[in-house]
Amino acid sequence: MHWFHRFKLDSFLYPLLGIGLCLLLWYGVAGKSTVTQTKDDWGDTVTITKRHGLSADLPTPAETWEASRSYVLEPFAKRGELDQGILRFTWLSLVLVAQGYALALLLGVPVGFCLGLSKTFAKMFDPIFQVLRPVSPLAWLPLGMVLFLSAKVEMPGGTAYTASELAAIFTIAICSMWPTVLNTAVGVRAIPQDYLNVAKVLKLSRTKTLFKVLLPATLPYMFTGFRLSLGIAWLVIVAAEMLTGRPGVGGFLWQQYNALSYAHIILCILTIGIVGFILDRMMSLVEARFKTA
Amino acid sequence: MSFLELNNVHKGFGPANARTEVLRDIELRIEEGEFVAIVGYSGAGKTTLISLVAGLIRPDMGKVKLKGVEITEPGPDRGVVFQNYSLLPWLTVFENIQLAVDQVFPKWSEEQKRAHIDKYIATVNLTPAREKKPSELSGGMRQRVSVARALATEPQILLLDEPLGALDALTRATLQDEIVRIWEQDKRTVVMITNDVDEGIMMADRIVPLSAGPNATLGPSVAVNIPRPRDRKAINHDPEYKEVRRQVIGYLLGEGGKQRTAVSRKLILPDLLPEDLSEPRTLYGTKRKPRRRSETKREQVEVEA
Ligand SMILES: Nc1ncnc2c1ncn2[C@@H]1O[C@H](COP(=O)(O)OP(=O)(O)OP(=O)(O)O)[C@@H](O)[C@H]1O
Ligand SMILES: [Mg+2]
Repeated sequence: MHWFHRFKLDSFLYPLLGIGLCLLLWYGVAGKSTVTQTKDDWGDTVTITKRHGLSADLPTPAETWEASRSYVLEPFAKRGELDQGILRFTWLSLVLVAQGYALALLLGVPVGFCLGLSKTFAKMFDPIFQVLRPVSPLAWLPLGMVLFLSAKVEMPGGTAYTASELAAIFTIAICSMWPTVLNTAVGVRAIPQDYLNVAKVLKLSRTKTLFKVLLPATLPYMFTGFRLSLGIAWLVIVAAEMLTGRPGVGGFLWQQYNALSYAHIILCILTIGIVGFILDRMMSLVEARFKTA
Repeated sequence: MSFLELNNVHKGFGPANARTEVLRDIELRIEEGEFVAIVGYSGAGKTTLISLVAGLIRPDMGKVKLKGVEITEPGPDRGVVFQNYSLLPWLTVFENIQLAVDQVFPKWSEEQKRAHIDKYIATVNLTPAREKKPSELSGGMRQRVSVARALATEPQILLLDEPLGALDALTRATLQDEIVRIWEQDKRTVVMITNDVDEGIMMADRIVPLSAGPNATLGPSVAVNIPRPRDRKAINHDPEYKEVRRQVIGYLLGEGGKQRTAVSRKLILPDLLPEDLSEPRTLYGTKRKPRRRSETKREQVEVEA
């Protein structure tokens, strides 16, 4: 009963209505095909499919579903390097994002702390960060390619990173790092003087002050940064995979664009959107936990 | 040599051109084991005074000495109960005190530390709230945790900054008795800030009024010779109580209540150079607009408050 009350019809029905309207709009814009069968001069039957409509080549919702079925219904199938189930692609993308994102946090948190703690550091590097922040992933990736052109990193586990993988990770990291950097810095600056006074009166050492006072006090801000960073990391993956041609949602999207199968592009867009939404929700939950603490 | 000495202490804040002198010419001597209450107006500089003793800020002039040694930095030998509790919200009651105890008694065994912390939690009657976070406690409970944290470090002197300021009258009375009870156990030196004269009379051996700011200074101290334990209900009729109260309030409303007129309040008078029409206009804006000389030169005029 409780469950039912929490998911009241209202909060269920209206989103459904919205989705329905969007599908309708989509259907309106999409091209429809008319199939005519004629006999040609030799007497053979020829089927001519003609598409017409506002955007003639855009598939309708039904056509999209028809074309994507095998990818959705067998989400983990692997038929070829660039022909895999959609969740398998998602997983590949997520693994890459996770690596870049982890690097972003590893770099972003200390940099944010320095920015928040030291006025000199802030004065020196803040302008540079402000300039680097709006640079698009499409601009970073080629630089990453050049940087890691001859690099080959062998991991102890036997896995090796290729140049394009390194470039992709680099791009994700450098693009998604900024919200973490800035939010951490804001959080550090917002630590109440009282907490610092407690540390001073007790004469806590620098490391103890950092781990017992500064870090816990900034955590809520840091998690806001983490959430925003994750959003950007996921945004960047498509660009990174497109340009490097790696298998993954973005790579698949690009390949399907080249193959002119537009239905699959729509499938990819929806997948990227839904996965991004779920990631954001998950981070929000974690964030909310720290907010109350 | 007194236990705690403040000699000719001055303190102000802000850069030279926008300065507020908060405290001036502070002279205070406190003996070991004494319970001194400092009573003063809000914003007079009471927290500033406590911070000076705690070592969180340094005086502009003069010296603060504990046992003859000048105080130059904060340290756990001076236990501070801050005005706004200052508990770390992500730690439980136990952990908040543990942070202090770990720091001050690093050589103790875990068992010893735990017993020590629990003893002080019990002293302030918070054993049931041991595992609670500050956000789950009432204002009075938080204040008691703060007191327990300060006591647990076994400081030589306890500095209480309006420890009961944010509490209702009833809780306040209970906590007053509790603090006095704890103090009587080992007669540690206590400096308590308060804005309530009656609270001072109930608890302290001596009351020192702080005049209104800016440029506040300490007035003549008034000894409270009412035998302990002091009875809250009977004390109102005690002639000694009335006398102490008359003296302290008399000072605060009279001599100490006047705002100092020596404050330099800044008035910048308009001081313009007239437009010079002989200068030609150039593409890069003109030099001939009237120039405000006061931007380059500041004039200061003292005014009566
Ligand atoms: N760090 C600071 N920088 C600038 N001005 C300060 C600073 N600390 C205190 N002041 C000023 O000093 C004056 C006294 O402040 P203080 O906090 O000591 O007052 P208080 O007597 O404790 O007041 P309350 O009873 O409200 O707690 C105030 O005018 C305040 O603006
Ligand atoms: Mg104060």
